[in-house]
Amino acid sequence: MRIGIVCPYSWEAPGGVQFHVRDLAEHLRAAGHEVSVLAPADDDTPLPEYVVGAGRAVPVPYNGSVARINFGFLSAARVRRWVRDGDFDVLHIHEPAAPSLALLACWAAKGPIVATFHMSSPRSRGMIAAYPILQSALEKISARIAVSEYARRTLVEHLGGDAVVIPNGVDVSFFAGAEPKAAWQGRTLGFIGRIDEPRKGLPVLMEAFPRILERVPDARLLVAGRGDPAEIAGHLPPEVRARVEFLGMVSDEDKARLLRSVDLYVAPNTGGESFGIILVEAMSAGAPVLAADLDAFVQVLDGGTAGEVFAREDAGDLAERAAGLLLDDARRAELRERGSRHVQRFDWSTVGADILAVYETVTQGAQSVAEDERAGRWAARFGPARDREA
Amino acid sequence: MSTPLTLLLIAVVLCLIGVYLSWTAGRLDRLHTRIDAAKAALDAQLLRRASVAQELATSGVLDPAASIVLYEAAHAARQAEEDQREVAESELSQALRAVFEAPEQVEAVRGAPGGEEAVHELAEAARRVPMARRFHNDAVRAARALRRHRKVRWFRLAGHAPFPLAVEMDDEPPPALTDRAPSAG
Repeated sequence: MRIGIVCPYSWEAPGGVQFHVRDLAEHLRAAGHEVSVLAPADDDTPLPEYVVGAGRAVPVPYNGSVARINFGFLSAARVRRWVRDGDFDVLHIHEPAAPSLALLACWAAKGPIVATFHMSSPRSRGMIAAYPILQSALEKISARIAVSEYARRTLVEHLGGDAVVIPNGVDVSFFAGAEPKAAWQGRTLGFIGRIDEPRKGLPVLMEAFPRILERVPDARLLVAGRGDPAEIAGHLPPEVRARVEFLGMVSDEDKARLLRSVDLYVAPNTGGESFGIILVEAMSAGAPVLAADLDAFVQVLDGGTAGEVFAREDAGDLAERAAGLLLDDARRAELRERGSRHVQRFDWSTVGADILAVYETVTQGAQSVAEDERAGRWAARFGPARDREA
Repeated sequence: MSTPLTLLLIAVVLCLIGVYLSWTAGRLDRLHTRIDAAKAALDAQLLRRASVAQELATSGVLDPAASIVLYEAAHAARQAEEDQREVAESELSQALRAVFEAPEQVEAVRGAPGGEEAVHELAEAARRVPMARRFHNDAVRAARALRRHRKVRWFRLAGHAPFPLAVEMDDEPPPALTDRAPSAG
């Protein structure tokens, strides 16, 4: 099958959606399909052979923060050319409800289009204003996928319609087969995520950690992620600071080894998560998980049976449960066992088969993806020369 | 205001309205095409499911009671008139769930010659039916939303196309058939 995938965010910036697109593309290629990924990227960025750069994304203020977005005439022309040259059987776009490359692709193409909705952010004011415009582009999507039941609910509430739930995929064996590192073992708590992003919840964990040490004096906290350690740990008393280790950004291999090594993985996020891939990765590596009780997390943890949850933003509850788990070897072993069994449904072998099933459902008897002349007509009228050169 | 200018203005406004209506009609047409494609995909999956079920029922792998139940349901689903279809397909879903309730039954069929393929095929179809139905109903909802709009009703942009109807049925697959956990676990 010839598959075109549109990634909405810059290829060179790390992020959940980008990783998902990369892993999906590689999984499909390994299964013998022809895949082309269109992603925002500077023209001089080295890209894998299956990725086509769509030009530099421009930072613009959107929905309360700065988003890097491709839009405008040149991007639209590139998207159209990619659609025309690709001659795809199916087009798979990600995050089409935000102003992005995905939305452009949806606008410029017709035929079998599959869309995955990752986000679960509340409806923005821009989206309400753009609703009629968005609606006519979104009407072209033949099949919608939501990454979790939670993301599906958001989608149904804000855009109407329905979606099938297919979770994000994880290469379970990569994490399960990683070599633990001795220096990271022995009553260790793990945290992976941006240090300077309060949403990821590190401040809550930092507040709880001294209380964990009161009950488990030999506990250690390992923090991996981008950001300035002094900012978050500067105020800690020296004896507590000595038991916190900052590892900085870690490679994929080290991330897997870290998750294999720790006695407990803590996800203290305060909100804004629609899935929680890191929890699946931790469970794949056999790490017991203690997570905030966000809807998305509770769901990934199989209703809270494959891992333990605490009241979000409640450092007291977090400390209580973390210490309890660190001291209870039997409970941790039980969580490890349940987690490893539960993650099978997130393995790429399962997730990839489900996504392919969606492709097959929408392509059955349908024509292949083509350029939408209705959208292209305007560009053709106002600037055919630039269209061809872009 | 001079008359030629007024006439020109009226002409421009009429022209704009025309373009807008034509664009809306195009949107509606696209939605109807999408519904047709989705309906065809759903039909194909339902037919596939009924065929495999019927094959299994006549293969002699299942016990006679289960065979009869499954055969009846699959036969009825394939023969059903359009207005009885949803009921018949729902009954097939129920029959499949009843027959394959025990994971041991699935294992037993897998063990028979050619059983592995039949179970795989049935599981695929049973999983895709809800998928296809959801995509179909999603398209129907979008088309209905647009068709209820004033401009579409007043100008009869939908032509003679019948008002699209969602497909409502029980399509819950048998859990033992679509269970993702390794059977050893």
